Amino acid sequence: MERDAKITITNLTKAFYKKQGSVTALDNINLTIQEGEFVCLVGPSGCGKTTLLRILAGLEDPSLGGFTIATEREDRPLQSMVFQERGIIPWLTVEENVAFGLKMRKLPKKFIKERTAYYLKKTGLEKFSALYPKELSGGMKQRVSIARAFANDPEILLMDEPFAALDEQNKFILQEELLSIWAETKKTVLFITHSIDEALVLSDRVVLMSSHPGRISQEINITMPRPRGMEDIRNDPEMAKRFVDIWDHLQEEVQQSRWEDEHKGEGSWRSGLKTDG
Amino acid sequence: MEKNETVVRHDPFEIERREWKRRQTKERLKQLLTIASPIFLLLLWESLSRTGMIDIRFFPPPSAIVGTFFEMIANGEMAKHIGVSMYRIFGGFFLGVIPGVIIGLLMGLYTPIRHFVSPIIMALMPIPTLALLPIIIILFGIGDLSKVVTIAGSVFFPVVINTAAGVLNIDKNYLDVAKNYGAGKQDFFLKIALPGALPVMLEGIQMGQAIALLTIVAAEMMGATSGIGYLIWISYKAFLLKKMYVGLILISFFGYLFSILLRGIQKKLLPWR
Repeated sequence: MERDAKITITNLTKAFYKKQGSVTALDNINLTIQEGEFVCLVGPSGCGKTTLLRILAGLEDPSLGGFTIATEREDRPLQSMVFQERGIIPWLTVEENVAFGLKMRKLPKKFIKERTAYYLKKTGLEKFSALYPKELSGGMKQRVSIARAFANDPEILLMDEPFAALDEQNKFILQEELLSIWAETKKTVLFITHSIDEALVLSDRVVLMSSHPGRISQEINITMPRPRGMEDIRNDPEMAKRFVDIWDHLQEEVQQSRWEDEHKGEGSWRSGLKTDG
Repeated sequence: MEKNETVVRHDPFEIERREWKRRQTKERLKQLLTIASPIFLLLLWESLSRTGMIDIRFFPPPSAIVGTFFEMIANGEMAKHIGVSMYRIFGGFFLGVIPGVIIGLLMGLYTPIRHFVSPIIMALMPIPTLALLPIIIILFGIGDLSKVVTIAGSVFFPVVINTAAGVLNIDKNYLDVAKNYGAGKQDFFLKIALPGALPVMLEGIQMGQAIALLTIVAAEMMGATSGIGYLIWISYKAFLLKKMYVGLILISFFGYLFSILLRGIQKKLLPWR
């Protein structure tokens, strides 16, 4: 843990103004993520985790506070995002999608070609490079999205539940693939998920969030050695305990928001709230 | 029968093969019906007309119309009318589509332009361009230009509205992707806005094409001395109904042809759909 801080979020608050009741989506978030760390953000829906990611991705502005991303090289983009679904552009071929970030940065053609080819191969998409996304399965589409983000070689990677829409088997396969690419590049990753299993397999640290307002409620270090797979997680008693801890936390959150729902009726924090996909 | 039973019980492929064959026959029957229906209509018309069940003066038999058709090709009358109408249709079509696409894109991309321009478009759209024909003739004379302008005016609206809608309907996710991956203005336009808007835009152009044909006929009926619309109108007035039917068939043919052409272009331009 002697590494440098890569992402530093300080006193970050995001409120959404609505005439009929405003919402504090994120309340005074402070979080530091180390260079090369894989952090999973876990929380109930509506806790503002997607909002946090979108702010880091430059797609939304914080109301108060801010964040810094330490830059190692000038010619690198700050961050690249892997989107949840429909993140790849249907009128570009697989290859053009993977090359998208590089092309936007106007890098030399030859370089783009090599880099794209490398990540197409890494993600097993070589054979599909000339196809349009409509011909791909859900898993293949997310591979394109991941390849595009890694090919862009950003300072940090942001992932917004990239595997949420996949079936279990595909999810496990893609998680392993992601970890193997990550192990090679050692990028700093902030990854959002609903799935506790996913968080345990992927992360160095799990950050739990609570909702209404969105706050960081707990951080759990996952020290289990890598490479680790889903079997290892399931067979490890300590991991089983971690699972239950996180499960209890989420249950509590869900119960509490249900309680608030019942007792506040049309409580102000709910009305018009749609901050988290 | 018994033998059949055993086959059924032991070979699933045999069952499926029969099922497949049955479906194939059904498909072929459907195709046959599609081809048969226009032929049936023509035969019915021909026989009713020849037996005097319908008035031969108003409904000359198709065979006679075909005769007139070839006569008109032979004496060059056909080429003259088609040539003039095509010139007007294409001129008007492009004069409507090009500004429609440009203004539509600007409206889709720039909110202030959209808010400023759309009330004007909404106010002008319900007025049929044909109702403005008298004014158009005063402004542009009775020559080709007035027809071209009339068609352009009719084609413009569906194109501009669909183009703007096409840009606005691009999935927000793709805008996020473009922003996140640092697309500049030019790249955003060429890689996201234009291709994203294209499907809806092309639907508008397809609509414009149909409207262009409707408009040319009416415009040529009202103030022209040549063209397919003129042919239909003058033949009707002179009670040369066979010639009138030839005019109608020409419109139907070109409408079909243009639709097919545009569908083809659509397929070429949108391989990703």
